[in-house]
Amino acid sequence: MPPETSRRRFHLTVIYGLGAVITGALAIPAALYLLLPPRLRQKDEWIDAGDVSKMDLKTPVEVVFRKNRLDGWKLTSEKKTAWVVQQPSNTVVAFGPQCTHLGCAYHFEDDTKQFFCPCHNSVFSLDGRVVSGPAQRPLDRYETRVQNQRLLLGALKESNGTSA
Amino acid sequence: MKDRLQAWFDHRTGLETAIRKFLYEEIPASSGWHQVFGSVAAFLFMVQAFTGALLAFNFAPTPGDAYNSLRYILTEVTGGRLIRGLHHWGASMIVVVVVLHMVQVFLYGSYKKPREATWMVGVVLLLLTMAYGLTGYLLPWDNRAYWGTVVATQIAASIPLVGPYLSRLLGSVGDIGVVTFARFYGLHVLLLPPATTFLIAMHIYLVRKHGVAPTVEDETLPKKKFYPEQVFKDTVAIFVAFAILFTLAVAVRVPLERLADPTDTAYIPRPEWYFLFLFQTLKLFGGSLEVVGTVLLPTLAILALMLVPFGDRGRVTRVTQRTFAFAVVLLVGTGWAALTLAAVRGTPQPSAAAQIDFSQPTDWMQLSPVELAGIGYFRRENCQSCHTIGESKPKVGPDLANVGNRRTGAWIIEHFKHPEVMVPGSSMPAIHLSTAQLNSLTALLLKVTAQNAEAMQVAPTFAVAGAMLYQEKFCGSCHQVNGVGTKVGPGLNGVGNRRTTTWLKQHFNDPRKMSPDTIMPPYAFSPTDMDNVIGYLLTLPE
Repeated sequence: MPPETSRRRFHLTVIYGLGAVITGALAIPAALYLLLPPRLRQKDEWIDAGDVSKMDLKTPVEVVFRKNRLDGWKLTSEKKTAWVVQQPSNTVVAFGPQCTHLGCAYHFEDDTKQFFCPCHNSVFSLDGRVVSGPAQRPLDRYETRVQNQRLLLGALKESNGTSA
Repeated sequence: MKDRLQAWFDHRTGLETAIRKFLYEEIPASSGWHQVFGSVAAFLFMVQAFTGALLAFNFAPTPGDAYNSLRYILTEVTGGRLIRGLHHWGASMIVVVVVLHMVQVFLYGSYKKPREATWMVGVVLLLLTMAYGLTGYLLPWDNRAYWGTVVATQIAASIPLVGPYLSRLLGSVGDIGVVTFARFYGLHVLLLPPATTFLIAMHIYLVRKHGVAPTVEDETLPKKKFYPEQVFKDTVAIFVAFAILFTLAVAVRVPLERLADPTDTAYIPRPEWYFLFLFQTLKLFGGSLEVVGTVLLPTLAILALMLVPFGDRGRVTRVTQRTFAFAVVLLVGTGWAALTLAAVRGTPQPSAAAQIDFSQPTDWMQLSPVELAGIGYFRRENCQSCHTIGESKPKVGPDLANVGNRRTGAWIIEHFKHPEVMVPGSSMPAIHLSTAQLNSLTALLLKVTAQNAEAMQVAPTFAVAGAMLYQEKFCGSCHQVNGVGTKVGPGLNGVGNRRTTTWLKQHFNDPRKMSPDTIMPPYAFSPTDMDNVIGYLLTLPE
């Protein structure tokens, strides 16, 4: 190889090599910065949603409560709702208020004793299972706990599959 | 196939031809390492634009929220500290590199006919660089940012004739607040970047139009190509600059002070280091002469810089023969260094409370005095030499994170006194502390989790010492801090917003003098103890 060519090749290698190193050193931290979830400082808290003994839970009750949400750098207090209903097994279940199809708000229909979503006509049974309609997953549930007759609601857990 | 695609693309866009033309530009034979600074400056500008955009993705540009969102970037977001570090140190580096670029052009006399316009655009770019520094300084909205900007806007307001209009333009009539912040942010991210981009393009266009300035020797030598040899040198220089920048961003912590507090009377404002010489110049002109330092001299200096090409119109000579240019650089450099040094030496040591770094977790501020004092005993007894708190690398002793889930307070205290009784075969020595001190250490351990371990480690020494003293003197028998203690005396949270250091000091020495009806006894603290306990009190959140 003539010296002129090898010199040129050396220059090109260095230019593109160092260029790649710099690009990587900027792009990788940037990707991590944008894609990784932020460190969570706040644990999920249990919210008092009312006195269970005073609720008639044979039919679903829409319970409204306030919950703190850590939204980026802001701690906001939000209004939230849950559909609370007692299951035949006597356990109390609290469903998230959004249809698992596309997030519309559903409601309880007294005459059919089913949850109905007016957006695309998804229907859910009292235990949250999909009866009909486009929804694929059963209703999401809040973690629940009953302590001294008080109903405590925890994090909203996304349901999976088709089993309730 | 690839060639045909390339040809098709180039025929439509002309991009390849344009790049070729740009890269295969002919440059004088003398070109080399001394001409890399312009490229480095352009590169650093791109880094600033990139990291700036990333910061903006997690930044709320309004006072208060700005501070919280920056804290979020620094303490919660992965890589946030690095990105902010790059942006912060990049700003300083760009000033250094732009000045080096200018010095090189000045020494070689490359601004001579017909390159006067190139030089003048360069001077405007230098001013824009300064404007970024000035506007960006406010954006963290901590005390440093706030007070630095108060001084800067007051200077702008003091300029004869245009001062009042400038103040209105900067939204700084009266106090600095949301309007000034919005103006500075708007300038920093909306107006300055396109202006800079345009001027850099123009600067490079002019360099290309006139060609790289040749030296005397170049007249007889054949020209060479910009690519790849000069590009190689530029790339190496860019890489060196980037390596320095990256190291700074990783290794040197950029502090965040406490939230901007317009009522803080003890704060000592200082501008960024590259403005310190201006700051010091101001001190040389007092009273009615002040305008000389604030306006006249800076204006004259900028004018002189602009007009350099018109003052030095002789023929191009060898750089080694330009003794006058070297003398000027030496003189200006010395003057700058002397002023900066004087400013640095004239800066008093800030108070302990002003030095708390809010760019890291400050959970320790939420601890009760007893728990915080526990950190002091933890450190004094060197617990960390055998124990980890939620770190992955194991040490001799067990990990102490969440120890409260496994053990009771009584067990821990008994274990401090007789380790081998509680845990047979334990190599831990007995801890010889008073009952109160053991309680304190135990209270801390019951509170320690893997999540707040870092916050425990960064608790400043003065605050810990202050809390130890607070516990030792039973301050909690009458006062309340973070919900712990009694309410016989006033609660101490947020006392820093109500009282000054001097007041507190006098109050410790002679409580009756400051508040006649008090039942608080006087405390004759040693000077160090006094500083620690007051420093600690001033950190207590509202």
